[in-house]
Amino acid sequence: MKKFFAQAYIWLLLAILYAPILIIVIFSFTEAKVLGNWTGFSTKLYTSLFSGSVQHSLIDAIQNTLIIALIAAAVSTILGSIAAIGIYSLKGRKKMAINTLNNIPMLNPDIITGISLFLLFVSFGVTQGYATVILAHITFCTPYVVLSVMPRLQQMNPNLYEAALDLGATPGQALRKVLIPEIKPGMISGFILAFTLSIDDFAVTIFNIGTSGLETLSTYIYADARKGGLTPELRPLSTIIFVTVLILLIIINVRSQRAAKKKEVL
Amino acid sequence: MKLPRLFTKRRHWSIPYAIFLFIFVALPLLLIVVYAFQDSEGNFTFSNFTRFITNQESANTFVYSIGIAIITTLLCILFGYPAAYILSRKDLCRSSVMVLLFILPMWINILVRTLATVALFDFLHLPLGEGALIFGMVYNFLPFMIYPIYNTLQKMDYNYIEAAQDLGASPIKVFSKVVFPLSIPGITSGIMMVFMPTISTFAISELLTMNNIKLFGTVVQENINNGMWNYGAALSLIMLLIILATELFNDGEDRVSNEGGII
Repeated sequence: MKKFFAQAYIWLLLAILYAPILIIVIFSFTEAKVLGNWTGFSTKLYTSLFSGSVQHSLIDAIQNTLIIALIAAAVSTILGSIAAIGIYSLKGRKKMAINTLNNIPMLNPDIITGISLFLLFVSFGVTQGYATVILAHITFCTPYVVLSVMPRLQQMNPNLYEAALDLGATPGQALRKVLIPEIKPGMISGFILAFTLSIDDFAVTIFNIGTSGLETLSTYIYADARKGGLTPELRPLSTIIFVTVLILLIIINVRSQRAAKKKEVL
Repeated sequence: MKLPRLFTKRRHWSIPYAIFLFIFVALPLLLIVVYAFQDSEGNFTFSNFTRFITNQESANTFVYSIGIAIITTLLCILFGYPAAYILSRKDLCRSSVMVLLFILPMWINILVRTLATVALFDFLHLPLGEGALIFGMVYNFLPFMIYPIYNTLQKMDYNYIEAAQDLGASPIKVFSKVVFPLSIPGITSGIMMVFMPTISTFAISELLTMNNIKLFGTVVQENINNGMWNYGAALSLIMLLIILATELFNDGEDRVSNEGGII
């Protein structure tokens, strides 16, 4: 009986939590301009999303979002991994100082990160656009990369690296053949995390995108929603984003579960 | 004696990031403080803060936003705690997929989620406004409450519960004297993760109320957008102080480990 009520509560909460998303998914399969009108099953919104008959600006926004996310995630992964190796070998007050600074972008609300970077760019007369958005994204993504690489370094046997050097490997070889393979899973998780965070971001982007008409998906949706008339193609797009996030999360979870099992065996 | 030299080298690898952190994290935060205490000509002044206190509208919005944030946080605890409790009990909920289902919405763009909420209200022919605002906030931030509570409950040593039961405690006593006190760290970090974004949010409130209700975050954004950087910076600083005050509840470490724990 207790179990029945518990299950009922969980399912009810999930139903409420997913109802809005489900409505978007369902109404992505009909042509109606206004959400909530069902005019029969159709995949027209999907084809028009991909055939380019949709407004050019939406396609541009999607492209910008992906390019920014790829560059930001790649740079954060490299910067964060190098930093993690460095921070790992640091000691004492310096380590604490850099760790504290590293935590700030994660603890700060996005609006503060966005405004503080906005003030930085205007103070130094930097024109806002692609570059400032990417720099801003690197700023809030890199701490997460550092956090996902660090545990791999802590788990690693420190003698492995030294052994490679003793056996005649150059520091470069030891890095490539020993250190990087060890931290690679952390780097991949960090990259995926940075990529999703960048795609997802709105609050930091809106303050640093400038007024040149550059749009990411988030700012496009915001501008679109403010005008009141939502582009119908946003429904299939949201559906695709939802499914992609679902698949990515499953991959990450399976990976970490497998890693946990491996650790148990060892 | 190759090794010590090498370790010195590796330590130096943190230098590029240290410089990056200084330019893009420390300096920008410092600039908020600098701008907050300047007028538009760059002279030192307190006028941005006196303006905030004397200006009825921003002061009212500020109080109203804190009220909304408190209501949202309380509702998230009310609905989230039982869910986290059930999810953490293997006898009530076996599958770990359920936890994933609760976390999943955290990773969907907040604007998409908000639009979905607006769609739901349209679909049910409910009016947008304060009710929609609170529903939307709870809907957006509930997973951030459930996850940390679930985490602490799951790590809890089951022996404590058994010991209490063996010593004759009733189920209600076991919960109120053992389970609940042990889950308080999860609740505080959940409060941090819900209260902070609700107090700083800006676009969601606009969309959920057709721009009829303004929250503090919206006021900050409008000032920055309209070129009132100094006043905007002062408001940001006030927001930052509120958040620092709430953060004193928590040591901060919990939140980071909870967010990272998903991976």
